[in-house]
Amino acid sequence: MADLRSEFIGIKSPNPFWLASAPPTDKEYNVRRAFDAGWGGVVWKTLGLDPHVVNVNGARYGAVYGADRRLLGLNNIELITDRPLQTNLDEIKVVKRDYPDRAMIVSLMVPCEEEPWKFILPLVEDTGADGVELNFGCPHGMSERGMGSAVGQVPEYIEMVTRWVKANTRMPVIVKLTPNITDIRKPAEAAMKGGADAVSLINTINSITSVDLDLFAPEPTIDGKGAHGGYCGPAVKPIALNMVAEIARDPTLGQIPISGIGGITTWRDTAEFMALGAGNVQVCTAAMTYGFKIVQEMISGLSDYMDSKGIASVDEIVGRAVPNVTDWQYLNLNYVAKAKINQDLCISCGRCFAACEDTSHQAISMSSDRVFEVIDAECVACNLCVNVCPVENCITMEAMTPDEVDPRTGQRVEAEYANWTTHPNNPAAKAAE
Amino acid sequence: MSSDTFTPGIAPGRLTPESYEAHFADLHPALEPHEALVAADRCYFCHDAPCITACPTEIDIPLFIRQIATGTPDAAAKTILSQNIMGGMCARVCPTEELCEQACVREIAEGKPVLIGQLQRYATDHLQEQGLHPFERAAATGRSIAVVGAGPAGLSCAHRLAMLGHEVVVFDARAKAGGLNEYGIATYKTVDGFAQAEVDWLLKIGGIRIEYGKALGRDLTLDALRKDHDAVFLGLGLGGVNALAAPGADKEGVRDAVGFIADLRQAEDLSQIPVGRDVVVIGGGMTAVDAAVQAKLLGALNVALVYRRGRDRMNASVYEQDLAASKGVRIITHAVPTEIIGNGAVREIVFDYVDDTMQPTGQSLRLAADQVFCAIGQTLEGATLPDLDGRKIKVTGTGRTSVTGVWAGGDCAAGGDDLTVTAVAEGRDAALDIHAQLMRNA
Ligand SMILES: Cc1cc2nc3c(=O)[nH]c(=O)nc-3n(C[C@H](O)[C@H](O)[C@H](O)COP(=O)(O)OP(=O)(O)OC[C@H]3O[C@@H](n4cnc5c(N)ncnc54)[C@H](O)[C@@H]3O)c2cc1C
Ligand SMILES: Cc1cc2nc3c(=O)[nH]c(=O)nc-3n(C[C@H](O)[C@H](O)[C@H](O)COP(=O)(O)O)c2cc1C
Ligand code: SF4
Ligand code: SF4
Ligand code: SF4
Repeated sequence: MADLRSEFIGIKSPNPFWLASAPPTDKEYNVRRAFDAGWGGVVWKTLGLDPHVVNVNGARYGAVYGADRRLLGLNNIELITDRPLQTNLDEIKVVKRDYPDRAMIVSLMVPCEEEPWKFILPLVEDTGADGVELNFGCPHGMSERGMGSAVGQVPEYIEMVTRWVKANTRMPVIVKLTPNITDIRKPAEAAMKGGADAVSLINTINSITSVDLDLFAPEPTIDGKGAHGGYCGPAVKPIALNMVAEIARDPTLGQIPISGIGGITTWRDTAEFMALGAGNVQVCTAAMTYGFKIVQEMISGLSDYMDSKGIASVDEIVGRAVPNVTDWQYLNLNYVAKAKINQDLCISCGRCFAACEDTSHQAISMSSDRVFEVIDAECVACNLCVNVCPVENCITMEAMTPDEVDPRTGQRVEAEYANWTTHPNNPAAKAAE
Repeated sequence: MSSDTFTPGIAPGRLTPESYEAHFADLHPALEPHEALVAADRCYFCHDAPCITACPTEIDIPLFIRQIATGTPDAAAKTILSQNIMGGMCARVCPTEELCEQACVREIAEGKPVLIGQLQRYATDHLQEQGLHPFERAAATGRSIAVVGAGPAGLSCAHRLAMLGHEVVVFDARAKAGGLNEYGIATYKTVDGFAQAEVDWLLKIGGIRIEYGKALGRDLTLDALRKDHDAVFLGLGLGGVNALAAPGADKEGVRDAVGFIADLRQAEDLSQIPVGRDVVVIGGGMTAVDAAVQAKLLGALNVALVYRRGRDRMNASVYEQDLAASKGVRIITHAVPTEIIGNGAVREIVFDYVDDTMQPTGQSLRLAADQVFCAIGQTLEGATLPDLDGRKIKVTGTGRTSVTGVWAGGDCAAGGDDLTVTAVAEGRDAALDIHAQLMRNA
């Protein structure tokens, strides 16, 4: 079994799987059970100043399902902790004492002034926690009070608050970013300038999951009304992955460490986040959907993957895919591929045909006895058929080799790399000459 | 050979070679990767899952299915095998319809359980076909344990003991290991020599030596084993069979079903196995069904399975009964054999019909028969065994017998169903108890 031990900004944990700040980490009872189940660390549910907030007393969650009622997306309108500050601090202290090898991070959200930070940070230090995470992400309720994403959407505030926090504690500081913004690099840059040791992302995305068509009200509905909530779960993973990659590949961000969050459910999701630059990961919805035990699959799966690749430590995965993330304009236009349907695996559902015939390039033929074949002379290698085929690996994209003639264009496949910046159709290409 | 299904008497070679092959092919062919993913997708990853409780070896079923779903079948196999070292065989032979799959919440909700057994096979095959053995031995303890019987109970016990660092010597009366996995289980449940392949794979742990042709009571005594080893585990199974009491039971053509099945399992060429044209099997358990079905598959024209009570009292599961019916076996209930008729060889067999309280109804039944198989129960054989509880060895929950330093498990031990998976569980648990005991005294 591979060595899964992780060290993130100096904080050690037996594996890179942390629970994100949310209900799974909101009290001693949960966190003890999470640690017993194998989680490497937790970010405690966000603490605030007393008097503590009050949550709604109606439905807090809405959901989006896939086939078989598989939960793909969850939306919530929960606030930060609704328990007294001292209760949380006392619990954090005993749990950290009893589980010294696990990472204990405390998430914080207090008003945008230096005094409250000066007040709360020593209290957290006293618990023996390993670090703090600044919640600049919560998109509902707290933002209406000038906290959470209201801070996270203004880079200047992020920088200012981060600086206060760094000035008032010796603990490592992680700044948690909101995705409800146009360019994720700006808040990351602000955090870096403020002296943050790391950023974590993403928090939840503004959303309405569905509308009750009898009440004509958004879900979740509370007494006939609904408010937008924060979206999370498998559905948000692609958005989170891109944001992580955007930060990881920006040379001006000085390779700031990243804790990856958003839809992580399996070992594979974890490995993907890490390959795109995350030093570790945080999980919320998967634990809320399947329970703490889910971490066992993440542990065994990541370990198996590392063994199969001969990877000795998790750090070797971090950032390995970053050099391969580029901009569209640098993609090789001389690379030509064709879809290929494996007739032994094909179950003849015809979904590839419908997709290609109706919405793509009419590049799949259908015989009277339901044999589906790719017409190379039409296929543009868009990948849509691969995406809609229900059978894994039934349709694959096969690269053409240089000097073959592409039957679609009648042109030889070029061996040399050439991209849009040099393409004759690009007006800028000529201008540059 | 020119016999066919209509040839009277007991004859080999009733079928074409293609028919033999088709009849004895895998009952449930292995899942293809796509099928496995679709099947795995249906699991809800239930909390404290009822399927786990229903598995005698308590395999973490939701975890292993999730590991299949996330593309790590070898990790799934390890989850299975760490609880049940014969997870490969159990996946093939467990009556899942009465165990894990019966308890599956999707069986209850939709009448369609997650295919736990077939997924278990998918994972264990994936690992074992690469020749990978995922366990290592702990540091040597210097202790030696004798295991009598190389069936599922004995081998499961031996593997766990070896893993814990002990040296194990297994003695078996037969020439091959595996017990009923090798000599008893229906051919179509374990094709392509799987039983021996699994034994070979299991032994890769190291530290286990098997001595074949060594029988307790004939070549070995319990006292000597206790003297030479630090502990003894008895996994003898049930070597004897109950004989039919009806007059004429000694006629030619009447034999016990277990022996017939053992011949079948050991046959190099199934066309060499003779079978009657009109076969009658007496009994209502798994052995009766297996004998009846396999007689039919060998080309018998008429096969009747006759049981003395109602269908609901049969030990064979409803699934097994339906399997027999689908292969053309006629199931007759409430009939007790009273006489076997024939001049030297059996020709006919007579039954009295009885009601649910086993009282004769006054009606009777005569069936043409040129071969009769008795499957009316197996018995424990052997003298100087530890104390019995009824007809099996008396044991505590972890397999301790009345004799200090001697444990027992599997079919020979009282309690638990006579199933492969139960034998594996009992062997494993005895090993853990033996280990705890030996290390406490260390
Ligand atoms: C025909 C048939 C079909 C079956 N089908 C199924 C099925 O589909 N599914 C299922 O779960 N269960 C099935 N069973 C039951 C299952 O096979 C047994 O419950 C299981 O094999 C018991 O394992 P065991 O190790 O206790 O005994 P066994 O498998 O009987 O092994 C005992 C071993 O001990 C050896 N031995 C016996 N006496 C001595 C001695 N004196 N000295 C040394 N060695 C000795 C034997 O040679 C044998 O190798 C079936 C049983 C039969 C008879
Ligand atoms: C019910 C709920 C409450 C949450 N509360 C907090 C919080 O208090 N502080 C915080 O930083 N993030 C909070 N989050 C956001 C999560 O920590 C996480 O960033 C987000 O859910 C994305 O990860 P996921 O897809 O694994 O769920 C909450 C999420 C949910 C679902
Ligand atoms: S890759 Fe696109 S164009 Fe080619 S066959 Fe598939 S759907 Fe059609
Ligand atoms: S060992 Fe048998 S009962 Fe247990 S999970 Fe596997 S198939 Fe089901
Ligand atoms: S009961 Fe069925 S659905 Fe639930 S965990 Fe077990 S196999 Fe999966």
